[in-house]
Amino acid sequence: MAVIETSNLTYTYPFAEKPAFKDVNLKIERGEFVLLTGPSGCGKTTLCRCFNGLIPHFYGGNLEGEIVVAGLKPTEHPIYEMARHVGLVFQNPENQLFALTVEKDVAFGLENIGLPRDEIRRRVDWALKVTGIYDLKDRAPFELSGGQQQRVAIASVLAMQPEIIVLDEPTSFLDPLSAKSILEIIHRLNRDLEITVILVEHRLDLAARYADRVIIMDRGQIILDGEPRRVFLDERARLIGVGIPKVVRLYLMLMGDGIDLGRVPLSPEEISESIVEVLTSDRS
Amino acid sequence: MSMFDGLRFRNVSSPIHRIDPRAKFIYVCALFVAAVLFNQLIPLLILLLIQIPLVVMAKVVREWLRLIRGASFFAAIIFIMNVISLYFYGGYPSLASIIEHALAMTVRFIVLVESFSIFFLTTSPDMFGLSLEQIGVPYEFCFAFTTAIRFVPVLAEEAQTIIDAQRSRGLELEGGNIMRRIRNYIPILIPLIVNAIRRSLELAEAMESRAWGASKKRTNLYVLKMGSRDYCLIIVSILMVAASVYVWLFIKIPSITQILWP
Amino acid sequence: MWRCSRLIEVEDLHFTYPNGVEALKGISLSISDGEFVAIMGQNGAGKTTLVKHFNGLLKPTKGRVLIDGVDTRHVSVATLSRKVGLVFQNPDHQLFSETVEDEVSFALKNFGFDEGAINERVEKVLNLLDLIQYRKVSPFMLSGGERKRVALASVLAWDPKILILDEPTIGQDSYQKERLRQFIVQLNQQGKTVIIVTHDIEFVVECEPRIILMKDGKVIADGDAREVLTDLKLVSEASLILPEITQIFVRLNDFGFPRNVISVYEAKQLILERLFWRR
Ligand SMILES: Nc1ncnc2c1ncn2[C@@H]1O[C@H](COP(=O)(O)OP(=O)(O)OP(=O)(O)O)[C@@H](O)[C@H]1O
Ligand SMILES: Nc1ncnc2c1ncn2[C@@H]1O[C@H](COP(=O)(O)OP(=O)(O)OP(=O)(O)O)[C@@H](O)[C@H]1O
Ligand SMILES: [Mg+2]
Ligand SMILES: [Mg+2]
Repeated sequence: MAVIETSNLTYTYPFAEKPAFKDVNLKIERGEFVLLTGPSGCGKTTLCRCFNGLIPHFYGGNLEGEIVVAGLKPTEHPIYEMARHVGLVFQNPENQLFALTVEKDVAFGLENIGLPRDEIRRRVDWALKVTGIYDLKDRAPFELSGGQQQRVAIASVLAMQPEIIVLDEPTSFLDPLSAKSILEIIHRLNRDLEITVILVEHRLDLAARYADRVIIMDRGQIILDGEPRRVFLDERARLIGVGIPKVVRLYLMLMGDGIDLGRVPLSPEEISESIVEVLTSDRS
Repeated sequence: MSMFDGLRFRNVSSPIHRIDPRAKFIYVCALFVAAVLFNQLIPLLILLLIQIPLVVMAKVVREWLRLIRGASFFAAIIFIMNVISLYFYGGYPSLASIIEHALAMTVRFIVLVESFSIFFLTTSPDMFGLSLEQIGVPYEFCFAFTTAIRFVPVLAEEAQTIIDAQRSRGLELEGGNIMRRIRNYIPILIPLIVNAIRRSLELAEAMESRAWGASKKRTNLYVLKMGSRDYCLIIVSILMVAASVYVWLFIKIPSITQILWP
Repeated sequence: MWRCSRLIEVEDLHFTYPNGVEALKGISLSISDGEFVAIMGQNGAGKTTLVKHFNGLLKPTKGRVLIDGVDTRHVSVATLSRKVGLVFQNPDHQLFSETVEDEVSFALKNFGFDEGAINERVEKVLNLLDLIQYRKVSPFMLSGGERKRVALASVLAWDPKILILDEPTIGQDSYQKERLRQFIVQLNQQGKTVIIVTHDIEFVVECEPRIILMKDGKVIADGDAREVLTDLKLVSEASLILPEITQIFVRLNDFGFPRNVISVYEAKQLILERLFWRR
């Protein structure tokens, strides 16, 4: 069953001359891990804002076409209702945490919904444990490192127990090791809790291995959509300047020299296995 | 800067930190009333001294001393102004009594500053917001209050970065006449305002995404509950006001000058 | 003359912020004229604090920093900035003018260039960074990537001897990154000393600069990209991860491949050689 479905979705910001994206047709199944990428300004953030109704309720402008998210039409339901089904995590951790303790921040959404206190307590503790920050619960968010802050942001949408989590460049301010651990958490949420994940990223080297599907946008349109191994091979992905992981580039270069490594690799582990295979089979 | 540190919450654990903010607030008010009631040195000194054990118990001696040091400049001005005005208009019998009265006014100022300082040093803004909420202040207002406190240091750091960025491009802030100096601040003010607006939009977006305004009946993760210790403090505060009023009405307080030179 | 070769000299630099955070704890290094250096390390390691010492925005609490032989404590920020151009991470912290052109000429006016020279330089740098079509446009109307280029242009305009870029690749797509890389390399080849502060290991691998790794206010490694970035222990200590290509070769190590490979081209070459040698 599709958890997100759009047909001919077109959106224009107020006062903008041309649409930020046009005729987007998208169908995302429950439990998928979708990597959304494309050049700067192609409309990725704008599309994410439609999933929980920030567009059109917060931004105004002109939204045409159909969109259904978790069985609801974001155009007809207020943002706070969509927020129970779709969690958004943004790029800058500093501007999405407002409380003075981590625990209070994670509880914010649940308090807004007006759940009973012991239910809030239970869910907050659960979300803190899943994201590995239970020990930090009494600290002030602004005393934490960027990576820890981003975990708080994830915990605070997770506490709402949404079906879908949308993350807009959640690692771009982080050092590589913190970025990696954030991606691993997201992967676990997807694998173990079966939450649908939509991850916007420019750096594909770390994220590609987790994705079931890659969507590439360019100038407001979806130009490629499919299995990562297939999408990365497509000429167009390189031409518009998507950051194809280096392992795929190496694979393609070797291919150009007549060496077939078999399956397209998504991580250094995969490609080194293929290389080892070619080396050993060559020997025999 | 250092003086404001004396008002910024320090997260340590102490008996004073654990007292309900409402009880603490009542105590501060009681102290305030008592300090305003008296204008003699002896009772004011007593009010000053009884707070020292509280400061020690709250483990905020360093911050508190820094605040007093910061306030001493204003205290000195108050003292001098009082001496001068009493000398010309007061009709006080001697210079000693003038000084005593001026000192009393200065001590009163310090008592007031000190009591607020103890309150803010030992009450987390979150708790303060929560207690406002529980006495019926609308939630939007309380949220605005805690968020403002949360973002003050962030904005201060941002301002510093902007100043650094513009100085790196050859902007000199000092020198020139007044008009020139005001002009010099434009390259700092514009990015500061633009960033503050952008930041508040991002914050609003994040709040909306987390079900802001979903329910009229908002739950709060924490509830404040008054304990016996809190009630004790409130009773002490009431007694303090009552005693002060009694003394003020019925007992003639001697001045130190009179005691020394009857 | 030694002065020309040692452009930046840092001797036992300590720095403590007024709030008591000890951000730098004894740093010594020197950077020569024409070098290309990347300063890397985890969030909060003190990278930004260090480069703010190079144009005198911060003065050492202990130790000293010499720029072209001059102690930064004895000269103003404006004087030092003529030599040391510092581009901040977030362009929104500096853009304020009505047009891109005004933005770029701001520093030139501060430094007292005459009108003719200003026009000439603005035109040149806007062409160089592909911004000339936005000359009369407000910088606030531009995209994130373009705003970043305007900020870079506004510093490059006065042609500082040393160019420092703090996190130039954050939020940029790979096309913009590639253009930026080519541009930086070109400037460096023309003789400019370039220092970048970054976490972006794949970007750095493609430039192969000298690497300075920082952790907790100290320098923990200083050397060739190929040497430093392939050392798993150093790299994880600095909260980085091995470059993708190195991760492959660490695994191929048992088959007699070297571990310290960082570039795709070299990787391809090594693998091809091995296969054809086998045949
Ligand atoms: N709040 C806004 N008001 C008006 N126009 C906007 C707004 N936000 C974005 N745009 C415009 O919409 C288009 C798509 O922007 P969007 O932010 O969705 O791109 P993106 O793919 O997320 O880019 P990036 O990778 O740089 O984050 C751009 O042309 C941008 O200028
Ligand atoms: N203006 C300031 N006042 C007080 N402390 C500061 C200030 N700026 C930075 N610090 C502290 O100094 C330390 C070093 O910070 P710095 O910004 O130099 O790190 P960085 O290596 O540039 O990190 P990042 O990768 O996050 O940019 C950190 O602990 C930081 O919290
Ligand atoms: Mg975006
Ligand atoms: Mg920095």
